[in-house]
Amino acid sequence: MNERPLSHLSSADEAEIVAIKGGTHLRARLNALGIFEGQRLRLLSGVGRYGPVVVIVNRAHVALGRGMAAKIIVRVAV
Amino acid sequence: MEPKERIDILLVGHPNVGKSVLFTRLTGVKTIVSNYAGTTVTYTRGRLRFEGKDLDVVDAPGVYSLAPLDDAARVTIDLVDRAERVINIVDATHIERHLPLTLELLARNRPVFVALNMSDEARHLGIEIDVEKLSKCLGVPVVATVGRSGEGVRALMESVMGLPRHDTVAVGESGPAGRRQPRPRRRPSQQTPGHGRFSEEEVWQRIGRIVNEVQSLHHHHHTLGERLAEISVHPIWGALFAFAVLVSSLFIISALGGMLVSGELGPKDSPWISLPFGTERLFDAFWRPALETLAVSLGEESVLTRLLVGHAVGGHIDFETSFGLLSTGLFVPFGLVLPFIFSFYFVLSVLEDTGYLPRLAIFLDTIMHRVGLHGYAIIPTLLGLGCNVPGILATRILETRQQRFITATLISIAVPCASLQAVIIGLVGARGWWAVGLVYGILLITWFTVGFALRFVSREFRPELLVEIPPYRVPVWRVLFSKIGFRLRSFLIEAVPLVLVSVLAANVFEQLGVFRLAARATAPVVVGLWGLPEQAILPLMLGFVRKDVALGLLAPLALTTRQLVTGTVVLAAFFPCLASFVVLFRELGARDGLKSTAIMLAVVTLLGATVNFGWIAVSAVTRMWVSP
Repeated sequence: MNERPLSHLSSADEAEIVAIKGGTHLRARLNALGIFEGQRLRLLSGVGRYGPVVVIVNRAHVALGRGMAAKIIVRVAV
Repeated sequence: MEPKERIDILLVGHPNVGKSVLFTRLTGVKTIVSNYAGTTVTYTRGRLRFEGKDLDVVDAPGVYSLAPLDDAARVTIDLVDRAERVINIVDATHIERHLPLTLELLARNRPVFVALNMSDEARHLGIEIDVEKLSKCLGVPVVATVGRSGEGVRALMESVMGLPRHDTVAVGESGPAGRRQPRPRRRPSQQTPGHGRFSEEEVWQRIGRIVNEVQSLHHHHHTLGERLAEISVHPIWGALFAFAVLVSSLFIISALGGMLVSGELGPKDSPWISLPFGTERLFDAFWRPALETLAVSLGEESVLTRLLVGHAVGGHIDFETSFGLLSTGLFVPFGLVLPFIFSFYFVLSVLEDTGYLPRLAIFLDTIMHRVGLHGYAIIPTLLGLGCNVPGILATRILETRQQRFITATLISIAVPCASLQAVIIGLVGARGWWAVGLVYGILLITWFTVGFALRFVSREFRPELLVEIPPYRVPVWRVLFSKIGFRLRSFLIEAVPLVLVSVLAANVFEQLGVFRLAARATAPVVVGLWGLPEQAILPLMLGFVRKDVALGLLAPLALTTRQLVTGTVVLAAFFPCLASFVVLFRELGARDGLKSTAIMLAVVTLLGATVNFGWIAVSAVTRMWVSP
């Protein structure tokens, strides 16, 4: 319903991560930056249509590539 | 492996958490500190005297985790296992993100001390942390510190040294706390990344509990830094912001550098600012009379005068073209290049320490992908504009070998260092600012074209960007100026001897007639393809040692503007100076170093010819247009 990839989140939406569709390596890298299932985040900006996505997780700003963002499924808070 | 040296104190923490600042505080050893991750790419060792004891202190590279995913983590694991005491530096503004590493360190059975760093920033953000409770939860001592001001560092050291060696019982600030270590059930992954998802979740749950217990948040208003942080990654405002930053940076670099050289800022006849000094004036007022006296006493035509003072044209010395060891040999590094190096590093350091560079990197990510790189490659590239050596070294912050190869090759071909730029502005600028713009434009196009070509030749998977963006910070001026001082010193140590050697070599080669030999061999390319006079061959050869000196040698040749622009571009793209060349091979290895050199030679040959024939063609067309 309200679930979509992070790359398709529209600006300033608050969302909760429900799934990360990636291998252990990607999960470990994301994990180190505080990105894991259950975590809440807010989209700060997407640079252009193909550029990286910047999110705020735990008050920290994290930039991640579009491809990675597409693998992170989030649920938008209603 | 080599025999392991003992480490008394090891500093471990995430990238950009302030390890290096703390390390400098503890040992007095200067390291380069910036506001972005990955400034310390290898570890640094220093000594600390504390209450009569000499201690070995090591600053480990920044790691997020001890899972051996990359070199930095493997190096750190090895260091941890050799350390008597480990200081784990934790960012007080984001403890929940830093505690996983703390738990991993605890699991390795070393005495761990937690430095809760940036506690001033946390207070500012309305984050309150109960240090004693945290110490109890972790079972190790915790001390709040502020690396920038030194607050709490003494207390940290007292706590660290209060522990008898090899003792595993930690003493918390609030009194003895037995080592009921909060250990993750399974040891954090040793071999495979993310090994066991279950334990990973457990770790996060445990951390969540600790954070809830020790941390309380107060409401705070958006700081100016946060506003700026949002603006600078916004698609539209970010572009304007980046443009404004780059334009004002270039303006400040050239204005400040020019002012330090001539002592004046603004139009020649009515400058806005006129200083009583300026390197040109200092050299004119004090050094010229001394050299002229020397020339007279040695005999104007003697070999020694030629070598030391150079060609004194009618008793007058021209600091840029006389080419004596004491005239041009000293004026180029001190009078011409040093002021620009200073102003370049001043601006770069401000950009680094405020935290703008990583944002620029993110912003340029899309563009950089076109040349097979991701945005972070802009940081080594910008560093390369100061000096190619640190630029090539900084490619270590990139993940893959291929990224390092492309970035380093592009730096050595198309990124002119500050020394060369100082001379470009001086020499080419004399023909008009458009000529300088042309040189930079050609180099920029070369950078893109070569990068684009390299991207197609190599089909390796290009990793995507994944980085934490540091908050904006006001630079600590003391740290900033000590960094500039550090960089100026290494410029003087590395560059001045090479400048003198190349001025000497220019004189000796001229006397020996070596260059006639080289001229015959390379004339088809230099004269035929690039349209340069034969005399330009010696400067081009010397460019291998020092670019600024080589360009200085082109000055007295009475070149046409076409030849000067071609010569400058070729010189910039040709072999990087000796120091960068050595570093290039060391960083890339012999095979890739040779590959990079081959690419460079091919690019230079084509580039010189393109500029030369392109110029001729364009001027022919415009002539037809103007006079029908």
